[in-house]
Amino acid sequence: MSNADSIDAAPRPNRFQEFWYYFRENRGAVVGLVIFISFLIVALLADIIAPHSPTHQFREHLLQPPAWQDGGSMQFLLGTDPLGRDMLSRLIHGARYSFFIGLVVVTLAVSGGVITGLIAGFAGGWIDTLIMRLMDIVLAFPSLLLALVMVAILGPSLENAMIAIAIVLQPHYVRLTRASVLSELPKDYVTSARVAGASIPRLMFVTVLPNCLPPIIVQAALSFSSAILDAAALGFLGLGAQPPTPEWGTMLSEAREFILRAWWVVTLPGVAILVTVLAINLMGDGLRDALDPKLKRS
Amino acid sequence: MALLEVENLSVGFSTANGMFRAVDSLDVHVDAGDILAIVGESGSGKSVSMLALMGLLPWVANVTADRMVFNGVNMLELTAAARRDIIGREITMIFQEPMSSLNPCFTVGFQIKEALAAHLSLTRKQRHNRAIELLEQVGLPEPEKRLRAFPHQLSGGMNQRVMIAMAIACQPLLLIADEPTTALDVTIQAQILELLMQLQRDTGMALILITHDMGVVAETAQRVSVQYAGQKVEEQSVHQLFANPHHPYTDALLAALPERASGRLLPSIPGVVPGQFDRPRGCLFSPRCEKADSVCTNQSPPVSGSDLGLARCHYPIRHDA
Amino acid sequence: MSGFLLKRILTFVPTFIGVSIITFMFIRILPGDPIILMAGERGMTDERYAKLMAQFGYDRHVLVQYWDYLTGIFRGDLGISFKTKKPVWDEFFTLFPATVELSLCAMFFAVFLGIPAGIVAAVNRGKWPDQALMSTALIGYSMPIFWWALLLIIFFSGMLGWTPVSGRISLLYYFPADTGFMLIDSFRSGQKGAFASAVHHLVLPTIVLGTIPLAVIARQTRSAMLEVLGEDYVRTARAKGLKPMRINGLHALRNAMIPVITVIGLSVGTLLAGAILTETIFSWPGIGKWMVQAIESRDYPSVQGGLMLIALIIMIVNLIVDLLYGLINPKIRRN
Repeated sequence: MSNADSIDAAPRPNRFQEFWYYFRENRGAVVGLVIFISFLIVALLADIIAPHSPTHQFREHLLQPPAWQDGGSMQFLLGTDPLGRDMLSRLIHGARYSFFIGLVVVTLAVSGGVITGLIAGFAGGWIDTLIMRLMDIVLAFPSLLLALVMVAILGPSLENAMIAIAIVLQPHYVRLTRASVLSELPKDYVTSARVAGASIPRLMFVTVLPNCLPPIIVQAALSFSSAILDAAALGFLGLGAQPPTPEWGTMLSEAREFILRAWWVVTLPGVAILVTVLAINLMGDGLRDALDPKLKRS
Repeated sequence: MALLEVENLSVGFSTANGMFRAVDSLDVHVDAGDILAIVGESGSGKSVSMLALMGLLPWVANVTADRMVFNGVNMLELTAAARRDIIGREITMIFQEPMSSLNPCFTVGFQIKEALAAHLSLTRKQRHNRAIELLEQVGLPEPEKRLRAFPHQLSGGMNQRVMIAMAIACQPLLLIADEPTTALDVTIQAQILELLMQLQRDTGMALILITHDMGVVAETAQRVSVQYAGQKVEEQSVHQLFANPHHPYTDALLAALPERASGRLLPSIPGVVPGQFDRPRGCLFSPRCEKADSVCTNQSPPVSGSDLGLARCHYPIRHDA
Repeated sequence: MSGFLLKRILTFVPTFIGVSIITFMFIRILPGDPIILMAGERGMTDERYAKLMAQFGYDRHVLVQYWDYLTGIFRGDLGISFKTKKPVWDEFFTLFPATVELSLCAMFFAVFLGIPAGIVAAVNRGKWPDQALMSTALIGYSMPIFWWALLLIIFFSGMLGWTPVSGRISLLYYFPADTGFMLIDSFRSGQKGAFASAVHHLVLPTIVLGTIPLAVIARQTRSAMLEVLGEDYVRTARAKGLKPMRINGLHALRNAMIPVITVIGLSVGTLLAGAILTETIFSWPGIGKWMVQAIESRDYPSVQGGLMLIALIIMIVNLIVDLLYGLINPKIRRN
C-alpha cells in the first residue's frame, strides 16, 4: 500500500533540460556556442554588414595596412589585399562560404554514412562485410590526399572539394552507426518492437537510431570543423574554391608571397579559420561531455 | 575504547538537480573484534558510508561528520600521507566485483606484494614467502603457481580470495567487506563467507560486512545495523533483531525471507527505495509502510532508545507480552 | 593470439586489393586519353601515338593492364613518370626518407610532450593545469597547419631570424646521401656544422607537423586516464594505501596506454596528410610535396603510384599497430 501523497518531490527534468544543465556548466562550450551563433549571423547578413564588395578592387589602395597602423585608414578597417580588395568584407563573406561548406559536407557525410551504417548493422552477413571492407579501403588513404586526388580528377572547384571531403568523412559515420546499431540490436526494447511487428525501416529509424544519436551528434560537430579546415587546405593548395572567391583558405594561398611584407593578408584569414574551428570544437567537447552518460555526475 | 566511532556522517553528491543525500546522519560504532553487519537494499547508502570512511569517494562527493575516529585517530583531520598509512594497513576493504577489482595488467603476486611493500619493511624474499603464506591462508591451492597468474586467468571466487589475501596482508584491525559474495556463485558464496569468519576468529580483527542478504547476516554477524535510503533505521544484536525487530522495515525484510514464509505467496515490500526525485517529506519509509499515518508522512521520525533497537520510527514495534 | 593474428592479416588482403583497384581506376576515370595528355599541346603523329600506347601498354585489355599493375607493385614497377621520365618507384623511394625523417621527429615531439601533458591534465581534473593544457591542445588542433607554419615562419625566421625558411640543410654543405636521413648523413659526414644545420632546418617543420598529433595524443591520454582512474582496480589500489604517483604512473597509466598506443599508430595517416601541407610550405623534398606537384602537373603515373604506395604504407602500419595492440593488451595476449 503506497502513500503517494507523502512524496514531496521536485519534478524530474526532461532530457533536454538535463542536457542543457551539463552543457551550460562547460563555460568553454557556451563561449563556443556564442561565437558560433555570432559568426552564423555575420554569415547570413554578410551582404548587409560588409562595408564593401568582396571582389571589388580598389586599385589606388593596394596592400594597405589595417586602420591602426601607419598608412591605414578607417575606410578599410583591416587593410586591403594585393589586388586592393577590402580584407574585412572578404573575411565576412568568407564566413558565409565556411558555413555553407560545413553544412553541406556534414549533411552529405552524415546522411550517407548513417544510412549505410544502419544497413550494415541490420543486414549483417556479407553485406556488412562488404560495406566495412569498402570503408576500410577509403580509410586506408590519408583523408586530405584522397580529397586532393578526387578534386584533381573532378576539376578544382568548391563544389567538388565539398563532395570529396564528404566522401572522405563518411566512413567515420558508417563505423559509428554500425557499432551503435550492433550494441543496441540485442537489447530487449528492439526485440519487443520486432515482435510487435515493426517493419525494418521503422525499426531502423524510429526504434534504434534515436539511441545511437549521441556519438553521431558529437562527431557531426567535429566534422563541421574538419570540413572547414580541409576545404581551407584545398583552397590553399589551389584545388578548392578558386580565386576571386573569398574563401578563407583560398585567401591564404594568394597571400603566401606577402608573408614578410604584409602580415595582415596572411594572418587575418587564418585567425578567422582558427576562431571558427575553435568555437565549433569547444561546442563539440561540451556536447560530448553533456551527452556521455559515463561522464555524468549522478 | 571503541575501535571505530562515527557520528552524524552525511555524504552528498552534487548533481544536475541539486545535492543528493546518499548518507544522512549516520552513526557507526564498532569495538575491537566485533562483527557488524550493515544491511539494506540497493540505494540505502551502505557502501557509500564505508567508502567515505576510507576516503575512496570521487571528487564530487561532499563528506561531513561530527566525529570520525578510528583507533584513536581523528580521520576527519588527516593529511593525505597519514591517511595512506592507515588505509590498507589498519583498515582494509574488499569489494563486490572481484573480477574488475584487480588490475588486469599485473600478476596477482605483484599486486599482493605491492600491498606488503607499501606498509611493511620486508625483504623481497620475505614478501614472496608472505605472499605464498597469505594465499595458503585464504585457501588457494598451488599458491606458488597462482602468484604468477593474471586476474583474468582466475575464477571469480579465486579472485575474491586474492582480494581477501591482500586485505589481511598487513594484519588489519578492521576489515570492511562490501557485498563480497554478491557477484559469486551460491556455492562459492558459502565458502568465502566461511573463510572470512575463519580469518576473523584467527586474527581477532573487527569485521564490517555489508550485505543485502538477511540469510548471510544470520550466519555471520554479532550486531546488525539496518539502513534505508541513507539513514540508519535500526540497530540490534543479531538474535534480538531476528526475534524482535522494532522497525517496520526490518520487520518487512524478515517477513520476506523464504524461510519465514507460511502462505503460498511471498510477502514483498511494495514500492521502491526513494531516489533523488521522490524523497518523502516525513519518514522516508512512509510511502511503503503499512502502518504509516499522517504523522509519519509529515514529520521526520525520532530515533528511539536502545531498548527499542534505536529504531527511527514514530511507532516502533513493541514486543511486550 | 595466433588466431587473432591470422584474422587480422586476412582482412589486409581484400583491403589491399580494393585499394589497388581504386588507384588503378583513378587514371582511367579521367576524361581524355592519357597519352594525348602526356603529349601536351604539341600533339603527336598517329605512329607515335600507337608506339606510345604499346610502350605503356594502354592498348591491352583493361583486366590485363590491371593484372600487370598489381604484379608491378610486387616487382617494384609502377610505371614511368610523365614529367621526369624516370620510374615512379625510384622517385618515390628517393624522396621517401625525407618524409619519414620529418614524420618520426614530429611523432617523437608529439608523444614526449603529449603523454605527460595528458597525464597531468587527468590527474588535476578540473583545476587550472587541466584547463590550461586542454585549452592549448584544443587551439592546437583547431588551427589550419599551413597557417600555423606561416605564422611560425613570420615570427621565428622573419622577425627573429632564428630558423631557416626552407630545405633540409644549408646549401653550403654537400655530402652523399647514404641513408637519405639528413640527421644521420650529416653526422657521419663529419663536416663542421652540418649536423647542426640539419637540426636547425628540422625545428620548425617538426613543430608544425607535430602540433596536431600532439594535441590529439594529449587529449586522448587525458580521457583514457580519466576512464581508467574511475575503474574498480584503481579504487582497490587506493584502498591499499598506495602513493598517488604510483597509482597514476603505474596502475592507471599501464591500462591507459592501450588505447593511446592505438591512437599513436593511427596518427601515421594524419602525419602523411599533414606532411603534404608542411612539405609544400617548407619546400621539404619529401613525398608530400612530390604528390602535390604530380597532381598539379597531371603526372598521372606518379599520382597513381604514389597513392598506391602511401595507402600500402598506411595499411602496413595499421596492421603493425593492431598486432602490437594484441601483444600489449594482456587479455588478448594470454589466451
